[in-house]
Amino acid sequence: MKIGLYPGCSLKGSSREYNESVVAIAKAFNIDLVEVQDWNCCGATAAHNLSKELSLALPARILALAEKEGFEELLVPCAACYSRLSVTQHELNEDQNLKNKIIDIIGMDYKGTTKIINVIQFIDKYITDQIEYKMFRPFRHDVACYYGCLMVRPHDILKFDRPEDPQSMDKVMRKIGANPIDWAFKTECCGAGFSVSRTDIVGKLSGKLIEDASDRGAELIIVACPMCHSNLDMRRAEIEKYLKKKNKMPVLYITQAIGLAIGLDEKTLGLQRHFVPVVLKETGDDYKAEKKEVTQPVETEE
Amino acid sequence: MARIGVFICHCGENIGATVDCAKVAEVIKKVPGVAFSTDYKYMCSDPGQTLIKDAIKEHNLTGVVVAACSPRMHEPTFRKACAEAGLNPYLCEMANLREHCSWVHEKGDVTTQKAIDIVRTLVEKVKRNVALMPIKVPVTKRALVIGGGVAGIQASLDIANAGHQVILVEREPSIGGHMSQLSETFPTLDCSQCILTPRMVEVAQHPNITLYTYAEVEGLDGFIGNFKAKIRRKSKSIDEKTCTGCGLCTTKCPTKKIPSEFEQGLGNRPAIYVPFPQAVPNKPVIDKEHCRYYTQGKCRVCEKVCPTKAIRFDQPDEIMEVEVGAIVICTGFNILRPTFFPEYGYGKYKDVIDGLQFERLASASGPTLGAIRRPSDGKEPKNVVFIACAGSRDPAKGIEYCSKICCMYTAKHTMLYKHKVHDGTAYVFYMDIRAGGKMYEEFVRRAIAEDGAQYIRGRVSTIYEKDGKLIVKGADTLLGAQPVEIEADMVVLATAGISNDGAEELAQRLHVSYDQYKFFAEAHPKLKPVETNTAGIFLAGACQAPKDIPESVAAASGAASKVAGLFSNSELTREPLIAVVNRTAPPLFSTCVGCFMCQTVCPYNAIEREEIKARDGKVIKTVAKINPGLCQGCGTCVALCRSKSIDIQGYTGNQVFAEVMALLEED
Amino acid sequence: MSSHNNHNESKTLADKILKSTQVSVAKCYQCGKCSAGCPVSSEMDYPPSMVIRMLQTRTPENEEKLLRSKTIWLCLACEMCIQRCPMEIDIPKVMDYLREKSLKENKAHEASKDIIAFHKAFLDSIEKTGRLYEVGLIADYKLRTFNLMQDVAIAPSMYMKGKLAILPDMIKDRKGVAKIFSKTIKKKEE
Repeated sequence: MKIGLYPGCSLKGSSREYNESVVAIAKAFNIDLVEVQDWNCCGATAAHNLSKELSLALPARILALAEKEGFEELLVPCAACYSRLSVTQHELNEDQNLKNKIIDIIGMDYKGTTKIINVIQFIDKYITDQIEYKMFRPFRHDVACYYGCLMVRPHDILKFDRPEDPQSMDKVMRKIGANPIDWAFKTECCGAGFSVSRTDIVGKLSGKLIEDASDRGAELIIVACPMCHSNLDMRRAEIEKYLKKKNKMPVLYITQAIGLAIGLDEKTLGLQRHFVPVVLKETGDDYKAEKKEVTQPVETEE
Repeated sequence: MARIGVFICHCGENIGATVDCAKVAEVIKKVPGVAFSTDYKYMCSDPGQTLIKDAIKEHNLTGVVVAACSPRMHEPTFRKACAEAGLNPYLCEMANLREHCSWVHEKGDVTTQKAIDIVRTLVEKVKRNVALMPIKVPVTKRALVIGGGVAGIQASLDIANAGHQVILVEREPSIGGHMSQLSETFPTLDCSQCILTPRMVEVAQHPNITLYTYAEVEGLDGFIGNFKAKIRRKSKSIDEKTCTGCGLCTTKCPTKKIPSEFEQGLGNRPAIYVPFPQAVPNKPVIDKEHCRYYTQGKCRVCEKVCPTKAIRFDQPDEIMEVEVGAIVICTGFNILRPTFFPEYGYGKYKDVIDGLQFERLASASGPTLGAIRRPSDGKEPKNVVFIACAGSRDPAKGIEYCSKICCMYTAKHTMLYKHKVHDGTAYVFYMDIRAGGKMYEEFVRRAIAEDGAQYIRGRVSTIYEKDGKLIVKGADTLLGAQPVEIEADMVVLATAGISNDGAEELAQRLHVSYDQYKFFAEAHPKLKPVETNTAGIFLAGACQAPKDIPESVAAASGAASKVAGLFSNSELTREPLIAVVNRTAPPLFSTCVGCFMCQTVCPYNAIEREEIKARDGKVIKTVAKINPGLCQGCGTCVALCRSKSIDIQGYTGNQVFAEVMALLEED
Repeated sequence: MSSHNNHNESKTLADKILKSTQVSVAKCYQCGKCSAGCPVSSEMDYPPSMVIRMLQTRTPENEEKLLRSKTIWLCLACEMCIQRCPMEIDIPKVMDYLREKSLKENKAHEASKDIIAFHKAFLDSIEKTGRLYEVGLIADYKLRTFNLMQDVAIAPSMYMKGKLAILPDMIKDRKGVAKIFSKTIKKKEE
């Protein structure tokens, strides 16, 4: 079965390593991910800050494209896109008038039947059970699983995991041999869409959560959202300014961690693209030394 | 020949403004069998009633129709008036011109015509009414009190002191309820145990009270004055008559680490245990779920050490049936454990506790002997945050209503804390302070002004642990909703009060109604606060809604006085509107064919078999017979009877047909 | 106070919000849990519970203050407030409404110009290419804000790490996307 993939803009730009690692592990597990053709931006925070109709029409066009291509499931790895698409589908399903209005605006057929899944649901459904057969080297690290806002809220619409103290990512991490720590900022906001316009706020919010993860002994943070990653990784200078000290804790996408555990190489997973160098403590076996030949993922750029 | 009197009431403007009452009286006068017809402004008033009484005597009336409001309102009034004039009260009927006509229609000829039609049907009915006599049923002067908390204790003592027998059934091994767990009580700060224990002992020693602990009511039959209750006395695995309560077994039991229910998990108890030192009865029970002998088949240490050989491992549950005339439900409440607030970390962080746990911490008989120590490391907490409405007034996650007692006990908690930890700070996050009650507001002010409790108006968003402290993130809505962060050593959640476990099942077993929150429902929120909709079953205490001690005790005394009132008569009078199986002349004796379909559908088990015998004792026929004491007049048997042999008195088929025919008749 | 007379005419902001978003601000009993959990409430001129309180007053003065507030531009839409609101009041929806109105009426707060500039630059990029063109976005944002020196430190290394594409990624049906813009945000006032 083919699963639709909506990467979204970040995954094609500043967070391309997320896309690379999603595609890489899908390939490793023989899952047929097909990118939705001619997709547009979901509008992100900007659209729903400025225009309600625009914020519904842009995601509706994406969903309509997915329907046209006949995807039953649409994987949306970016938590922000996942949220915008899910909220749009929910609001249009709740209000027939609004739905008709949006159909008129986008000028396309739209039913609202595509099942939208986030990266954890995708892993849970297609990968978790297979991991043990592909395990190359257990990911023996103390990790802080950071869910952020948009994957768990609003719970009434997304109905994913527990909105307070979620566990789904922790479960996946245990599966690859990691030790997810218990910490207080799992679902606190990192500063989200202020990554360019209010870097001071990003420094403070992200700083607080990096500090808590460090204090509780996490070696790295695991994320599933490009915005969270950008803020925690690329804004490290602002974070260090807020914390008034250096902090070199790496931030990995959940797909990168799985990739490492099944022996994909760092470059395939895009680890070299991170601002904070991914230096992990020795776990008794060296990745580079005994790298196993695993199918090399191909670039998915058009 | 019938001589019916018809009395049309204007009900002031209620009927008079819409229906032409004089015209109705005029038209009805011409109906055959009507001997007298008139209208009057207020028929229920004294002169109105006199009008009816005089007409009965003057015109020698054989039946009366009062066309006024709903019979639910004034039927007893007019029937009483008729009886005073010498007419059998069941020969008086009401035509409902208010709810069924004037209130629901515009003024006009059609409306007046409808009023005339309604009155005509009743006239036809009354022509066929027969004189009925009220039914007398005996009253068993023994009460069943369910639940032995402070309300049940009070109700039992009051009824027993009025000279009546009481059976008190308690689910737990001891009576005392939640009140026995409390440290000190608001607004007087007197010790809860000290005022309750003497009452508990009095219950145990009262000659009129039979106490069954570790027992539950399993079923109920019968009706007011004549209930039959089935009680299961769970096996305690000890012979209570032989046991002296020396307690040796409880000290020698090898299974000692069972979280104590009484201590709210803050202390442990053995598998054979007395819940608390002041328990009544002060004799142990064996907890079969944890006892080594019951779970693993080996041990019997208690049996070996018992000096009076009172242990009975093979003791079965005992089921008993008791006859009682009245029931008082006092099953109390429970607290809603705030695990539905994951953001507060209850159950995750040891030092986030609920209000009932704080009571145990502050109690002189509690696990810390009254010293305030936090559960995680036994240290004295210097900053304690109390959070009000932790579940109450929260439609999203908790319950919608206000639990009423939390504002007061939270204020009390801050005082108890400050009295014990002088250098500590008590913070209270609250939304409103609800302190309506005698000396309540003064009490809260004292907590704030004299004992220095720091009240912050706002709710807490989240609590997390950091470096051994609990970080409490709230807001001060009186300072522009500024964020407030407190590093606390312990957090106490004022949990919501909810209906007790099993309340719904009990309500169904007793056939009493309950509300959407599974609290027992009173018959009228203002005027019948201790009655249920089922006659003879009363309510008291927090099984009805969250209540504090004074309210529970007041309700218990109220319910007890209702029971005593009921028991002041040796007989009860019931309406004779019940089903009867007809009797006819020999050789038929009755049209009943003895199929007994009626018996299978009767919800009240009121239908018996009756053998009609000849003079020589030979059975001629077996027919259905309805027990007038049990029949509630629901009519199910009437609908089912294939030979049309059953009628409800006052609503016979004959009467109802006459009413319908009167409507169909064009005049 | 004008509250009682206005019920039929839907004149107050609270009424308009109810009509447009089905969010009833009257349900709020001011517990402040939203303000307590909001990650940016300390930066705001009116924390979330105050915003709802001001709407509850139904006075033009408070409504004006809200449309001109910093708060509405600081809301991150992280949804923590509604997640924990005991009355389930959808504050993020209220914020969306207020922002849209503030912008339409030209009342956006001075200090929020960077934020709005970013959002506008972001949407311009989508309107033109269908997707977000990050280099274009940053350039556009800098021109709008004159924050010319911002992020000069990280841009080269973003490029070196392959995180910045120099050329925009254009979709085929750009007309379709442009039409969506013309029918929504660029629509003339009704």
